[in-house]
Amino acid sequence: MAEITYLEAIREALDEEMARDEHVFMLGEDIGAFGGAFKVTDGLMAKYGEARVIDSPISEIAIVGAAAGAAHMGMRPVVEMQFIDFIANAYDMLTNYVATARYRAFLPTPMVVRGPSGGYVRGGPFHSQNPEAGFIHTPGLKVVYPATAEDAKGLMKAAIRDDDCVLFFEHKYLYRRIKGVMPAGDHVVPIGKARLAREGKDLSIITYAAAMHKSLEAADRLSKEDGIEVEVLDLRTLAPLDDEAIFATVRKTNRVLIVHEDTRTGGIAGELTARINESCFAHLDAPVLRVTAHDIPLPYAPALEDFVLPQVDDIVLAVRRLVSW
Amino acid sequence: MPPKTGLLATGGTAPRAGHLGEALPTEQKLELYYWMRLTRTLEERLVALYRQTKVVGGLFRSLGQEADSVGSCYALEQRDVMSPLIRNMGAMLVKGATPVEILKQYMARGDSPTRGRELNIHFGDLGEAGKTRGFLGQISPLGDMVPVMAGVTLTFKMRGEDRVGLVYVGDGATSTGAFHEGINFAAVQQLPLVVIIENNGYAYSTPTSKQSAVKQFVDKAIGYGITGERCDGNDVLAVYDCTKRAVSRARAGEGTQLLEFMTFRRKGHAEHDNQSYVPDGEIERWAAENDPIDRFVRVLRDREHVPQSTLDEIDARIHAEIDAATDVAEASPLPQPHDALIGVYADPPAEKPLWYREGADVSSLGKERAEGWGTWDASKGGKS
Repeated sequence: MAEITYLEAIREALDEEMARDEHVFMLGEDIGAFGGAFKVTDGLMAKYGEARVIDSPISEIAIVGAAAGAAHMGMRPVVEMQFIDFIANAYDMLTNYVATARYRAFLPTPMVVRGPSGGYVRGGPFHSQNPEAGFIHTPGLKVVYPATAEDAKGLMKAAIRDDDCVLFFEHKYLYRRIKGVMPAGDHVVPIGKARLAREGKDLSIITYAAAMHKSLEAADRLSKEDGIEVEVLDLRTLAPLDDEAIFATVRKTNRVLIVHEDTRTGGIAGELTARINESCFAHLDAPVLRVTAHDIPLPYAPALEDFVLPQVDDIVLAVRRLVSW
Repeated sequence: MPPKTGLLATGGTAPRAGHLGEALPTEQKLELYYWMRLTRTLEERLVALYRQTKVVGGLFRSLGQEADSVGSCYALEQRDVMSPLIRNMGAMLVKGATPVEILKQYMARGDSPTRGRELNIHFGDLGEAGKTRGFLGQISPLGDMVPVMAGVTLTFKMRGEDRVGLVYVGDGATSTGAFHEGINFAAVQQLPLVVIIENNGYAYSTPTSKQSAVKQFVDKAIGYGITGERCDGNDVLAVYDCTKRAVSRARAGEGTQLLEFMTFRRKGHAEHDNQSYVPDGEIERWAAENDPIDRFVRVLRDREHVPQSTLDEIDARIHAEIDAATDVAEASPLPQPHDALIGVYADPPAEKPLWYREGADVSSLGKERAEGWGTWDASKGGKS
């Protein structure tokens, strides 16, 4: 099997699910004839027609709201936020309407909201965001953020088949930089399960998305330069969190570094730290540390963006500090 | 300022040829009377229960607006889907919601339609035609149901179903982004959706003059490129006529429709609101001159020659129905506290209670000691 990119893996999942289930349809800005700003949906309108790949007005509230209404009626909409930054426009619809629908009204709302996320691409303040933490805080939503091409495909298929709303964050830095060989057959990765990306014994890095690759790079350097064997846990799903996998790696290595690209205050590292503190306190040999973005809107200039976002050197420094605590 | 009533207050539209409301047989006009009277009497019962503290949350009235809810929803077929706002209890009753469901909702009972999760008339019954009653429960943020109903009607279009959607908003909701995005999306997609703006003069305490600079809300239809119509919301037959034609246009593939019904909110936003912001005499004037039930009773007596005894019989039937429903609701169980944890997601089906709600043995918590404990090396000073 040939390698395909992270982006192609997502498209393959969308294509396979549209072919498998006639209830799956797409809704979003410029996704049809144009194929989407990043071409994730390229070719799907030609294959499945305008009725199933719908170009919408610039209306994130309407896109998400209409998806919810269609989902109530038995459809499985997959909607695109052209950039995930614009999901903020639909925050009310997602948190007040969609997230509560099953609980308050027993309404099935199986839908996927997907979009290009994340920085390291010189996108500036409105094309680089990582807004996942705001949604992790909302009961009723599921949140996934894959780091590999294989997981991007398998999690997208799981998200489309899930009976609740799944927010699917796609890291745009990884779109065409990461490749993978797709497992044969119907490749579905379960939501809610983390993945051990690298085994190690000295310290655990808990991370996800593009920061997972920075963490692996740091781990390789630390192995070569310091003889430190870092374990890397790729969360893959941010809501619900895989407590079992998180606590297992903490109990194994007794030292934890959390790495995420999201800003620091209110980022998921805080929640992970609290859970580890509550459940694994006696297993810790050092405080839980974080490497995150600074609490700064993401700036455009390379020198500024690189300073704000976590880099491999930052992770190496933090690991060295932790193992010698 | 409240809307200028003028002609609207003096008796509504004159009978005219092709008037679908006027053309209804007397039997159906009596059904309209039944639904309007049921709405008002049920709300009066809810006020009594509220004062007895048996309604645990707020209470919302539609006094004086019964005609626009009932007349418009009566224009739908059973297979159509309607999404109400807080003053559309009448529309919900027409669509099949029952007094006992509404009473249980207000009284937060465990077997209420939302099992105590949601308040008042925030509930629905949505899905396949013929298997569900076809109404979708609202949420509190205003305007949100317009995009959602656009999605519901999008499925009608996709599946080639002969169904229409109807969604109510107030004058206040027209100022929201959700209203704009939803109606624009529906218009572009030519969805079979009827959007009704109930202009009752106030959004909470804010008069329409501070809500919008348009002279009439129906003018917004021009901006969306859709058909709009405005009518006297306190004339139930005019409301029916206007809605029936809009529903027929939507069903015939003519796309999204906008209607504005002129009415007046004679009670506060909720029961606690004393309406200090309404000019003196305005509420009394509407009650005396433009009560939708009084007006319709005159039509039934003068034009349809319905004897008072027939109306009295209907009123008595309604009282008996509400008495029986109240007894059932009062005898119904309260929710079990742990039921709060069920059904946030399909999977997992329930959340776990937090440890301090599990009856856990606190003394054993947090005292485990791992093998790795004690590897901290004091000689390094705790720092790298």
